[in-house]
Amino acid sequence: MAILELNNVTIRFGGLVAVNDVNLKVEEGTIQALIGPNGAGKSTLFNLITGIYTPTSGSISFKGKAVSGTPTYRIAAAGIGRTFQNIRLFTDLTVLDNVLIGAHSRGKWNLAGALMKLSPWVQKEEGALLDLARECLQMVDLTYRAFELSGNLPYGEQRRLEIARALALKPAIILLDEPAAGMNPQEKSELMAMIKRIRETGVTVFLVEHDMKFVMGISDRIAVLDYGEKIAEGVHEEIRQNPKVIEAYLGKGAADAHA
Amino acid sequence: MFLQQLINGIALGSTYALIALGYTMVYGIITLINFAHGEIFMVGAFVGLFATAILKVNYLVAILIAMVVCMLLGMFIERVAYRPLRKSSRLSALISAIGVSIFLSTLAQMLFGANAKGYPEGVFPVKQITIGSAEISTLQLLIIAISAVLMISLEFIVHKTKIGKAMRATSEDYNTAALMGINVNMVISFTFALGSALAAAGGVLVGLLFNAVSFNMGLMAGLKAFAAAVLGGIGSIPGAMLGGLLLGVTEVAGVASGFSSYRDAIAFAILVLVLLVKPTGLLGRKIQKKV
Amino acid sequence: MGDFFLHLLGYVNPYYLQIIVNIGIGIILALGLNVVTGLTGQLSLGHAAFMSIGAFTSAVLTIKIGMPFSINLLLTGFITAAVAALIGLPILRLTGDYLAICTLGFAEIVKVIFLNLEITNKALGLSVPTPNTAIPMPVVVWIVVLLTIVCVTFIHNSRFGRALMAVRGDEIAAEAMGINVTRYKVQSFAIGAFIAGVGGALYAHFMGYINPSDFGFLKSVDILSMVVLGGLGSIAGSVIGASILSAAPEFLRFMANYRMLVYGGLLVCMMIFRPNGLMGGTSFTEMVLRALGRKPRLKIIMEQKNSELTRSGNGDT
Repeated sequence: MAILELNNVTIRFGGLVAVNDVNLKVEEGTIQALIGPNGAGKSTLFNLITGIYTPTSGSISFKGKAVSGTPTYRIAAAGIGRTFQNIRLFTDLTVLDNVLIGAHSRGKWNLAGALMKLSPWVQKEEGALLDLARECLQMVDLTYRAFELSGNLPYGEQRRLEIARALALKPAIILLDEPAAGMNPQEKSELMAMIKRIRETGVTVFLVEHDMKFVMGISDRIAVLDYGEKIAEGVHEEIRQNPKVIEAYLGKGAADAHA
Repeated sequence: MFLQQLINGIALGSTYALIALGYTMVYGIITLINFAHGEIFMVGAFVGLFATAILKVNYLVAILIAMVVCMLLGMFIERVAYRPLRKSSRLSALISAIGVSIFLSTLAQMLFGANAKGYPEGVFPVKQITIGSAEISTLQLLIIAISAVLMISLEFIVHKTKIGKAMRATSEDYNTAALMGINVNMVISFTFALGSALAAAGGVLVGLLFNAVSFNMGLMAGLKAFAAAVLGGIGSIPGAMLGGLLLGVTEVAGVASGFSSYRDAIAFAILVLVLLVKPTGLLGRKIQKKV
Repeated sequence: MGDFFLHLLGYVNPYYLQIIVNIGIGIILALGLNVVTGLTGQLSLGHAAFMSIGAFTSAVLTIKIGMPFSINLLLTGFITAAVAALIGLPILRLTGDYLAICTLGFAEIVKVIFLNLEITNKALGLSVPTPNTAIPMPVVVWIVVLLTIVCVTFIHNSRFGRALMAVRGDEIAAEAMGINVTRYKVQSFAIGAFIAGVGGALYAHFMGYINPSDFGFLKSVDILSMVVLGGLGSIAGSVIGASILSAAPEFLRFMANYRMLVYGGLLVCMMIFRPNGLMGGTSFTEMVLRALGRKPRLKIIMEQKNSELTRSGNGDT
């Protein structure tokens, strides 16, 4: 069953068509990758799914329900977690607080809860959120950093923390925007294992990535975006041999030579 | 009656426009509300006062002196209070700007006293001209003329000179401009100098118009000019001019129709409304949310 | 009990008593602004407006209806919060500098309105009778101070407070975490206003006279300076900042004239040299715990759970 479905999604910024008539289905329980050259509209597509942008035309549905036009925070609470291409952590807060903020929509107590902080009901919820946060940190091997300021973490760990924060939403699907960017090969292979572990817990993974080796090594299906349009979709071999994809990445001459 | 009020409004509005230009230029380049800008206007008014009263110079020379002094002051403030914060959060820079503003107005109060002072008599001999039913003073015409000359010069500098080009480039994209070899620090200093000079001219003109200069004149004038800049679209130079004029005319109209005790609230009511209805102002560019 | 306090206060020099009460009111106001600006990151340049709304509301409630002071305080707080929410709903959509200027504009409008209203006695201001309370006013003020500290501390360390801090850190990331940014901003604004309203009510009844011009831009800067001096977002900082700035002009008489000059320089220097304030981001709870040689509860729980995990992990292998 498709957990996330994009139907003829288009967005224009002034005269520029950033995403053009894209159709895409992400199957539940899979790792779906989205690749494409710089500026192909990959991050824009993520921003459309999470409601930061509203499509000019077309529709997006999550678990069979239309989400386009819904505010970002509702979409997130409904079960779409995400990370950002340019890391957006709450740098002046601790690692643990970052993840607890991710768990926000798994709690209920608001202002009243804050004022009745010592009551057993609120304490119970705080305990549950803490458990959840700990599990998420465990998942990305960052428990030992729990009380450090997230801004002081090295780059690779910041990327992992963003994943933990998104997992704390208990999402049905998690969108990873270039999770391996700036990582060394060792970190990348650890990350691959991590993402597979996440999938095993039942979370669908949808990722944007540049590193072909990484994408090929991890994803079940791959879609390719170029100039805002989906030019190919399929499993590894199909993508690797698709002349349009080769052309998009290497230019026209290369595609002819390959053919 | 209508014509007279219109001229009153345009004269007042031109002074708002002169101050608003400084806000808009600085905001366009470093996205900072230069809260101290109103105080620079106040200092300009005082310098003009001393130039005419002590040095006994002609009012045009007094305007020039005020412009030069405030240019230096503006550049100094930028160097001391804003440049060290360029990499900090915008909240920090804004708080620093508020600090400078409070500092300058308190300093002026200590140095020059709490009472408003008038320009010496006869600095600008005011004559009344009657056109139809309207009585227009030559002072108002002078204000409108000087403002127009200054604004045209500004347009020339921004669009026809090399430094103007550098300013536009920096305001378009700070980092890229720096990469292209533009001396960004110099451009920012220059922007502060230009804006401060215009505010100083505005200060002398307002001092002449109301014949009152006081330590606390900067806050309200500055806020209203800021409202004008936002009304026209912050970052846009023609916007600041338009906003200033509109605000001046509206305020005069409001006072004329019997809301004089709410005079200062008019500008803010307009500001709040504009921000809510069209946050980019009348001539401002649409800002794309960056993710 | 009231007699006991009255007896106790009899020993205190009335001049010092006045300073102590001023410090208390300063702390209340600073803590309120700290929720809005420090915790939620929304710069408000019109905090004095809420203080003035509180002061005039409570004064009118006392003068016209003779409402008992405790109910008066609470009701004033809620009215002020409601006004803030009403204003906040539209203007909190604005970000950063625009919001700051809007709050300033709003404060000026409030001042002008009070200066023109019949019920607030226009520019002449209102005389407020001393309330008939069982406990003397200075003690009431300090009870409210303690309550405010406790409430604000609870807010800091809660799901609600974390959401506010997320809004401060990064609005887009906060939304992506399921946080309704606008709603939390409005709530934070209303809480700040509630506290300021109560502070204003105390001020009105302790001082016995209020004038709309007392709550202008400079008063807002006064409160902001307290928060910035202590450190944005730090409760202990607000308490210390408010104490220093409320007491300093009294103890340093020579400073009285330079007060605003010093504040101005202070704001600039703090931003450049010590942007985190005197307290530099340490929290009250942590300080107390450290002084007692104990770790925060959260840390203990985490460590316990981790050691359990390692133990069970070892068992598996």
